Amino acid sequence: MNAGFSIGSVAAPHTASTLNDKTHPLRTHEIMTLSHYAIAFLCALGLANTTFAGPRDALLERYAMTAKAAEPAFAGFSANRGEALHRTEHAKGKADTPACTSCHGPNVRAAGRTRSGKPIEPMAISVSPERYLDTAKVEKWFKRNCDEVLGRECTPREKGDWLAYMTSQ
Amino acid sequence: MNLPVRSIAAALLVIGLTAAVLDKARAGGDDYFPPVTHKLTTDECGSCHMAFPPAMLPAASWRRMMNELDQHFGDNASVDAETAASITRYLVANAADTGGRTYGRKLIRGVSNGAAPQRITELPKWVHEHDEVSPREWKQKDVGSKANCPACHVDAQLGYFEDD
Repeated sequence: MNAGFSIGSVAAPHTASTLNDKTHPLRTHEIMTLSHYAIAFLCALGLANTTFAGPRDALLERYAMTAKAAEPAFAGFSANRGEALHRTEHAKGKADTPACTSCHGPNVRAAGRTRSGKPIEPMAISVSPERYLDTAKVEKWFKRNCDEVLGRECTPREKGDWLAYMTSQ
Repeated sequence: MNLPVRSIAAALLVIGLTAAVLDKARAGGDDYFPPVTHKLTTDECGSCHMAFPPAMLPAASWRRMMNELDQHFGDNASVDAETAASITRYLVANAADTGGRTYGRKLIRGVSNGAAPQRITELPKWVHEHDEVSPREWKQKDVGSKANCPACHVDAQLGYFEDD
């Protein structure tokens, strides 16, 4: 799972494992109504992933195209590189935000906290599935936060890696 | 055609005034500041800190703040021009010396006319109201910053800032 998996498959491992984990025990129970609910729920889940992940996939694809244009050796985004970017103490932007984790916290599935004390919803899409669907919003925050942590804009590859990491979590 | 329009206008005026009076009464005095009701303002201002009620600063403060978003208390909080214009309109219309004066008038006491203070926490009245809070309390982990009103004022998001 280390290096670059392709854009199209970013959401796939998550979906597959969710389905396997949940359908199996339910099918062994033979309670009709319960399994009906379960099926409806899982369908909805599947729909949510395929329908609403659209803008997120499109954004990743766009980052991939620009990344490829910038570095011909680019071979897909890496969630591992994204995690490193997220956790490293860069300390190249503002003094009080050396790393992404300065505000977002060490656990991507838990809430973070802004410098002014306001909670930040978790970044991992497993707990915040509504995230990263508004392209303009994603771009706005990359612009602000990369500047605050790295003292520069993030490259398309960094953005894609980071997004791949959050998508995998 | 004229008459109904007038009656409707009069009725609306009465309803509006009643609502304002009731609002104030419900609020129980000087500790109520109507929360932001403009979605764009809630979203943009409220993503980093509590979206402060517009009645907490005079209009001149909001105008200046919205003009200097690229240096917003050390952060670049720029938004696109259209968004900025819309938020500015809302804040200015409901400021402590405009539409929100019922609520904000007292908080900006001691601020000279036309002055544009930027920090609510530096308004003389704010400082006075918080003088009983010890430095130790300000430094508590769950407070973190003077901008974190809800840490102590648990109903701040609803507009209530009474003593706790």
